[in-house]
Amino acid sequence: MSDKLPSGILRIVENNHGGVSPEHRKNTAGMKETSLPTPETVKIPMQMHIGAPCEPLVKAGDTVEIGDRIADSEAAVSAPIHASVSGKVKRITEIRNPADGGLVKAVEINADEEQKWRQDIKAPEIHSREDFIKAVRDSGLVGLGGAGFPTHVKLDIKAPAKADLLIANGAECEPYITVDDYCMQHQSDDLLAGIAACLKWIGIERCVIAIEDNKPEAIRALAEKIRSEREKYKAVDVMAMPADYPRGAEKVLIQNVSGRHVPLGKLPADTGCLVLNVTTLMFIGQYLRTGKPLVDKLLTVDGSAVGKAQNVRVPIGTRIGDVMEFCGGFSEQPALIMMGGPMMGLALSSPDYVVLKNNNALLALTEDDFIIDKEQECIRCAKCLDRCPMYLQPVSLMRAVRAGDAEKLQELGVMNCMECGSCAYICSAHIPLVQYIRHGKKILREAGGK
Amino acid sequence: MAVKKKGAPRGKTSSAKTPLLILSSSPHFHSRVSTQRLMGDVLIALIPAVIAATVFYGPRTLLMLAVAIAVCVLSEYLARKVMQRPNTISDLSATVTAVILTLNLPIDMPLWQLALGCVAAIIVVKQIFGGIGQNFVNPAMTARLMLVTSFGSSFTRYSTPDFMIKHGLVDSVRSLSEVDAITSASPLTALKAGPAGVASAPSIKDMIFGLHSTAAIGETCTIAILIGLIWLLARRVIKIHIPLAFVGTVAVLSLLFSGFDFTFMLYQLLSGGLLFAAVFMATDYTTSPLTNKGKIIYGIGLGVITCLIRFWGNLPEGVSFSLILMNIFVPHIDNWTRTPIFGQKEAERLEKEAQG
Repeated sequence: MSDKLPSGILRIVENNHGGVSPEHRKNTAGMKETSLPTPETVKIPMQMHIGAPCEPLVKAGDTVEIGDRIADSEAAVSAPIHASVSGKVKRITEIRNPADGGLVKAVEINADEEQKWRQDIKAPEIHSREDFIKAVRDSGLVGLGGAGFPTHVKLDIKAPAKADLLIANGAECEPYITVDDYCMQHQSDDLLAGIAACLKWIGIERCVIAIEDNKPEAIRALAEKIRSEREKYKAVDVMAMPADYPRGAEKVLIQNVSGRHVPLGKLPADTGCLVLNVTTLMFIGQYLRTGKPLVDKLLTVDGSAVGKAQNVRVPIGTRIGDVMEFCGGFSEQPALIMMGGPMMGLALSSPDYVVLKNNNALLALTEDDFIIDKEQECIRCAKCLDRCPMYLQPVSLMRAVRAGDAEKLQELGVMNCMECGSCAYICSAHIPLVQYIRHGKKILREAGGK
Repeated sequence: MAVKKKGAPRGKTSSAKTPLLILSSSPHFHSRVSTQRLMGDVLIALIPAVIAATVFYGPRTLLMLAVAIAVCVLSEYLARKVMQRPNTISDLSATVTAVILTLNLPIDMPLWQLALGCVAAIIVVKQIFGGIGQNFVNPAMTARLMLVTSFGSSFTRYSTPDFMIKHGLVDSVRSLSEVDAITSASPLTALKAGPAGVASAPSIKDMIFGLHSTAAIGETCTIAILIGLIWLLARRVIKIHIPLAFVGTVAVLSLLFSGFDFTFMLYQLLSGGLLFAAVFMATDYTTSPLTNKGKIIYGIGLGVITCLIRFWGNLPEGVSFSLILMNIFVPHIDNWTRTPIFGQKEAERLEKEAQG
């Protein structure tokens, strides 16, 4: 870790290997939060997290209030789901999962006029680590940075692994997205409370809030808050990092902040680091204060085809077309609509998909705003090697995929690719390297490798 | 890809004009770097060398370039057509090959021989192996070697730049001719005699500015080549590893060979095709290793083979053969020098600790 600036902000000086510098386009930074009026209906999918899907606990005709648990699962890796509007369950239906195109069950709720929260909601009482982890599970929380991994599973670090450093991930390195920035500036009380609860109940000594330096307001807001209550937050530091991509990727961030490398085949927890997104931590603080489970999301709606870019709070399960419409509709014909940022986001085939727990942005881009060029022959310029934060060889992986060579894919470590897209972003021959690599993972899995 | 909702549309704008959407795999942004841009930068980097060649050897340089570019581009176009592959002349790689090959040839090379070299470079070396990115040896250098072996006499007439004759700067060249009147007046030939040959070579200053006779028109002016190098580095087209390892190895071996004669070493660096090849040919993406470590090994290999030929071989110059020989090693160098994956070293250390 590097020197401490007088203001109490730590700063990373060294540059890490790899990565790229796409334009930031943080157009919505500094904007006020808006709220979507309650939609007529929501369709809440039973799979909005990594792990086992939930089963509905309600049936058609049931009346629900906001915050009612409408779905859950017995599986260890899963997270319960709550009603995001009050009203009547219209039916249990099926909708497409945008990630793989498969069908998932969904609870469709017709919203009523009043929109009321369930009455018995109160802040949970926490007396032990177990209480804390159960409370996080009850809140329905998943990783809000985009991954959607159930947070209670991540918190429940099993011995002998032990965390000594909590890293609050405020990198937000994807272009456009500013919801973490918003959270750090305007919800810093809940964020710091969430951090304090994790440190206390999980038994972690220190926390570093790592923020890219293109968010000076967030850095200043948090540093000032921590300094004004230094005694209370003496275990917490703010760290500024150069703003490039993919600074916020878990392994990259751990290495940046702590200098530790996650050994191949091990989990980040094995380095003693626990990484949670700032909005995830903020939500923990908010849940401990209010007891209100995860039912809505703040989304950055932006892109050249969007009428009025803004950060809007949206009930989970809202149709994406309805959100777009609230944001002024399409100013121009969009060629690409996606969930998440342009580097790792998911292109959608229609505006009929719904907002998920782990969404943080909806983007609509016009044709001029991005290029899909024809794939050309690789000229071996080796720029992909230089940019890969995992030190993989995307060009060699691509050739092994073309040859269908599972053994070679294993040798080259295809499974270690986190699909950040830096290689394809920089590729002079415009080869869709990430797509090749995803296919390579499939080839290897089918051949029984890992 | 246009998705129509079942039942009545919601009657609002976004549904009403549901557009055709692109479903591409992430990332959806691109840096807009392209093969064409990289090749364009190489051409720009070659401009100083082309200007120097034109100044020193006269307008025939431009005629040779025009013929070479026309033949290379046409060969590429026709080869792709015959093989029913997409046309690739717009990526500018054929043009780069044409310019580099021309700058590697003597000024009085007959045009038909030049054209033949271009056809060999593009069709035999590049397209038959699948086109850009697929050739395992450098097209321009292979074509040059083919021309050297086929039309050796064209290469023995090392000519004195017009510029020097016009400006009465031929004295040093004359004196060289007396040293070895039969074959040539190239500094490298003079240096074949070892450190003693330095006495009959042109002055270091003349070597740097290009006031000496050479076999190839692009090798003349050191400054022009270095400007090209700076451009390529600044535009991040190439990395310094290969040129530095190549030239550095020749420098070290020259010092060792001559018993630390610094002047001899300088002459070795400034003579022949060393710098031109180190900057423009050894750094060819397709025929050089991927990793930084590999690039350094490759550069050292080039330097060693060049010196072996220069000091002990029959030929005055070893750059061409060293390049072709090292090209063949590239796939192996790539295999030997794979960078460990992120966390691989830590995993191996943990394994060792667990065992011992």
